[in-house]
Amino acid sequence: MSTLAISGLNVVFSTEDGPLHALKDVTFDVPERRIVGIVGESGCGKSTLINAILGLLADNGTISGGEVLFEGRDDLTQFTPRQMRDLRGPRISTVFQDPMGALNPVLSVGRQMINIQYRSDQSKEQKAARAIEMLKLVRIPDADSALERYPHQFSGGMKQRIAIAMALMMEPALLIADEPTTALDATLEVTTIELLKDLQEKIGCSVMFISHHLGVIAELCDDVVVMYAGEVVERGPVREVFQHPSHPYTRRLLECDPARQTERTRILPTIPGEIPDLRARPRGCVFAARCLDRHEGCDTPQPDIVVAPGHAARCNLAGQTAREGAGA
Amino acid sequence: MLNYAVKRLGLAVAIVSLAMFLLFCMIYLVPGDPASVALGPRATDAMKEALRIKMGLDQPIWVQFWHFFTGAWTGDLGEEVLSGRPVLDVVLEQLPFTLVLIAGGISWSVALGIPLGCWAAINRGSFADRLVGVLSVAVIAVPSFVIAIYALLIFAVTLQWLPAIGAGEPGDPGDQLVHLILPSLAVGLGWVGYIARMVRASMLEVLEASHIRTARAFGLPENMITYRYALTIAILPTITLLGVGIGQMLSSAVFAEIVFARPGVGKLVYDAILTRNFPVVTGAVLVTTVIFVLLNLVADLIVGALDPRVRSSF
Repeated sequence: MSTLAISGLNVVFSTEDGPLHALKDVTFDVPERRIVGIVGESGCGKSTLINAILGLLADNGTISGGEVLFEGRDDLTQFTPRQMRDLRGPRISTVFQDPMGALNPVLSVGRQMINIQYRSDQSKEQKAARAIEMLKLVRIPDADSALERYPHQFSGGMKQRIAIAMALMMEPALLIADEPTTALDATLEVTTIELLKDLQEKIGCSVMFISHHLGVIAELCDDVVVMYAGEVVERGPVREVFQHPSHPYTRRLLECDPARQTERTRILPTIPGEIPDLRARPRGCVFAARCLDRHEGCDTPQPDIVVAPGHAARCNLAGQTAREGAGA
Repeated sequence: MLNYAVKRLGLAVAIVSLAMFLLFCMIYLVPGDPASVALGPRATDAMKEALRIKMGLDQPIWVQFWHFFTGAWTGDLGEEVLSGRPVLDVVLEQLPFTLVLIAGGISWSVALGIPLGCWAAINRGSFADRLVGVLSVAVIAVPSFVIAIYALLIFAVTLQWLPAIGAGEPGDPGDQLVHLILPSLAVGLGWVGYIARMVRASMLEVLEASHIRTARAFGLPENMITYRYALTIAILPTITLLGVGIGQMLSSAVFAEIVFARPGVGKLVYDAILTRNFPVVTGAVLVTTVIFVLLNLVADLIVGALDPRVRSSF
């Protein structure tokens, strides 16, 4: 059973210039106790996806189709705001990108950690003890006195670990980590990721890990979902997708990873062009305008082609060019 | 926190000293001889000369300033021209009435302005939000003496719900409170608008912050997010604004005290100007300045107490 099964999810924002189709037919699973990485460039709909799952879409955004099945029974798109609120925190919790701004600056860390346990009927002392236990788990030095302190008294890395402690305190079934390491430096990134993996195993939750750092995805995740312009263009087990990328966008993305450069070069490779205007989506393949393999077959809606067990790509050439392109 | 308080206190002393200097210059530059004014047209030259020496006006200007300056810091603001009573006593006698009036004005503006501002921010773009916006501008635009006169005419004269003049029976808090309602409304109503707009603007900003998104992602109840997570931050600039606003309320208090014939520093200054009782004018202005600076200090200390970031940066 999957912790989260998203199928055919569509999200539309109404804007002054007409409807903006931010997510189109998004389908993927977050299996139990697995870490699924979501990768894609800025503006590809990663944040919209999180907000749609959490029921925190802006007022002008609506889910226009599809379902988000949580723990195999509840379709989150049908939940009332109240039901969603009861789910957020205890069952689905989130760590956001910006550790500097993620904690309330005028409330002590202890107050915030006790507040998020407001549903529990334990005593205040028990809640504080639980908070200290979590802070110890994420290796905050001097955890006993940390509750009294305020966010600005911690470094960025510590704040992010506190945010992780808060997110895992209620032992959720699903943790959504929205670029949790992007704002941290490289050393902190590694320790934070190791910590996250550790805790995930300990608590036994599933993780949806959003990042644009391919190395981190490869290191941490079991499965990967590649998003482009609000569509899932490719998904599958990490090893499989990275070794046999079947969508041209995935291949280009992998080529652009600086870690893959074997020669010294002054100019890092990029993908020319821009994400299409989501208010006027192309009828066919959403990547066609930037694709080197473009042909007349790309002007019609693209099928999701399964190239290997659990590995699918939204490209009409997927079955044919996948294995050739593997070495690129 | 102590360090912060000491620093702010030092700054307050410097501001009051500067105010004293400016006040002294103003007295000095006002045309006319204080001794002649004090003694009236029928005084002889010898009498004027004697008073000038008594008031120290024959001394060089910097000596005069030094006497004024040291005198003021030790509470000696000179004597009232007519009765010869110390000015400080006269002013301090009236001060409580004005302070109560200001406190009443602040209570109105906080009690109405903060909830209205929050409400408008939460229901952004709604009819209620626009209504609060229009009403805010309206009450800001109407001068406090106009509010005072209309409040008097409507509630005291026409409807006769509330008393029209005076500060109430001494020793009867209930009666004094009833007498306080209209004048304090006149002083505070404009500030309801300022505070509503300020709270709305800073609430909208704070509600966009990522820590509010975090709070929502943890499923905290909206009430807790609004009042404990957002308002505690959004209120900070409003407190600072209110500190500054007390200056304007002090001037509104002059009108309110005259319109409602209430005792108070404003009424005292007004009467002193009419009777050319200049020592009382300067004394009252100086005391008012000190009150203003002190209340600003209190506002800053409250901000420091509420905001751990401010506290630790000093």
